[in-house]
Amino acid sequence: MAEEEPELTDEQKKGIAKWFLINAPAGEIQYVAKDLKAVLKDDEVYNEAAEEAFRIYNKSHLISLKMPCGFGDVLVTSYGELHDNEYLDPKTTQVAIVDHLKQVCKGVRPATDEELPSPYIEEYRYALEAELQKYVAEAFPKGSCSVYCTNGKDVEEPGSDFELVAVISSARNSPHNFCNGSWRAVWNIEFKDDIQILELKGKWKVGAHYFEEGNVQLDAKRECRDSAMFQGPDETATAVVHLIRIHENEYMASLEGSYLDLSDNTFKMPTSGIPGNAALLNTHVCNAGTSEETSGYSDLISMAQDFAI
Amino acid sequence: MEAALGLMRRMPPRHSETTLSALLSLLPGHSSDLLSQVDLPLQVLSDEDSGQKFILCEYNRDADSHRSPWSNKYHPPLEDAPYPSSKLRQLEIEANDIFTVYCDQYYEGGISSVYMWEDENEGFVVCFLVKKDGSKTGQGRRGYLEEGTWDAIHVIEVGPEEELTRYCLTSTVMLSLTTDDVSSGTFSLSGSIRRQMNMNLPVADGHLSNMGKMIEEMEGKLRNSLDQVYFGKTREMVCNLRPSNEVVQMRLPTS
Repeated sequence: MAEEEPELTDEQKKGIAKWFLINAPAGEIQYVAKDLKAVLKDDEVYNEAAEEAFRIYNKSHLISLKMPCGFGDVLVTSYGELHDNEYLDPKTTQVAIVDHLKQVCKGVRPATDEELPSPYIEEYRYALEAELQKYVAEAFPKGSCSVYCTNGKDVEEPGSDFELVAVISSARNSPHNFCNGSWRAVWNIEFKDDIQILELKGKWKVGAHYFEEGNVQLDAKRECRDSAMFQGPDETATAVVHLIRIHENEYMASLEGSYLDLSDNTFKMPTSGIPGNAALLNTHVCNAGTSEETSGYSDLISMAQDFAI
Repeated sequence: MEAALGLMRRMPPRHSETTLSALLSLLPGHSSDLLSQVDLPLQVLSDEDSGQKFILCEYNRDADSHRSPWSNKYHPPLEDAPYPSSKLRQLEIEANDIFTVYCDQYYEGGISSVYMWEDENEGFVVCFLVKKDGSKTGQGRRGYLEEGTWDAIHVIEVGPEEELTRYCLTSTVMLSLTTDDVSSGTFSLSGSIRRQMNMNLPVADGHLSNMGKMIEEMEGKLRNSLDQVYFGKTREMVCNLRPSNEVVQMRLPTS
């Protein structure tokens, strides 16, 4: 790898820095940042890269931050992003002001009416979120969820289409055990008024990182589709969460299946336990016999015969 | 350097080449350290003379050429390149032959190479390399994986010859397994682990026999570790994220 230009431009350094930060595994961006600063040795470039990269990372990892004043947690997502550093929590109608670099919520303000959906939409959103929270509390030891309206939030009455997005995010960070992981699911729900159907599209990203004496990562993705009848808010909420539960269970089973299949099919790749394998090497050493390592070969020949397959 | 190695441990293993490139461009002064301490998936070239494939690594490289263990020639040809002594070359030839048999037995195919060179301490260093592609398009016989590669690098430092000679083995295994299908999506497990083993063995038994024993034992340990690490820990994490007691009931009808 011959580098003709010994010096990289600031733009190039910034690009590399951003790449490192964005590709940090779940829960590890601060550690990556620390190592990156040491390698980059250029605080100005680092700061520029970090500002952009941290925001991208936080949104893609659907991180959950604690809001002050007892408002609970807020998810940082592109669906709830109002301005660069402001994220709506539909549950509490508070807008969290986020410091991306420190990954904390600095403060909150109430959402304005324009930022919130209409009462008609809110009925659906609220019912779905409440039902979803029950599911998430049951299925995930440490999970958070939010439901946003991403299209048609000003629709006042039946007769128009609209779209809700349900986000589930769960992360487990055990840096002392050298293991971190995250489960992220995004469900797009399109409410189609003319045919009275909802179309569901689910997308998962599951990751795990184990790094004691090595670096091992799982990266799994999946998508699915389904549909349900467009009914009143409560019936819809129940139907949708029921579907989500089924699909998530299926995915979990499929992940387990993948692990079992890989284990069966792949870990037998170097086959185990051929008897006398040490002797296998020894017999060939004896047969080769051209090097100066010939002392003691007769002993090896008899050893090989003892172990021969 | 420590920070650079820290980054290598955190970046996705599938992007290890990009990570190393990025580090090399940010730390040009540390390039020899980085190249010797970071393992990348192994690459392979064909030896024009013998038609056999050989593995490329830092240990058979000089400038942009690599020496083939089959013909002992550099590809592309290079003037003033380093070669092992003729005594060591003899041992190297034997080692390659034996290791090929070992690999056929254990890996049901795959490409192997062994390189030796003298070091400054009156001993020598040997590097055993294996590359196995178990995917649908490679040599896999169980035909299931979209992508499945196993790369093993074993470097043994052999101490000066005494009755009991010291052998220091550092082994790295890199594994990359991906399945990709319409219903279950993409599932990708990849990474590397590294272990060390030191032994004092009677030189009378023969260097190749001693080294062979060590490698065999080490590969067995690494395979078990990988099974527990790759599968065990990451699978455990997924189950911790979303425990699946409902799943047990769901799977029963199909099993």
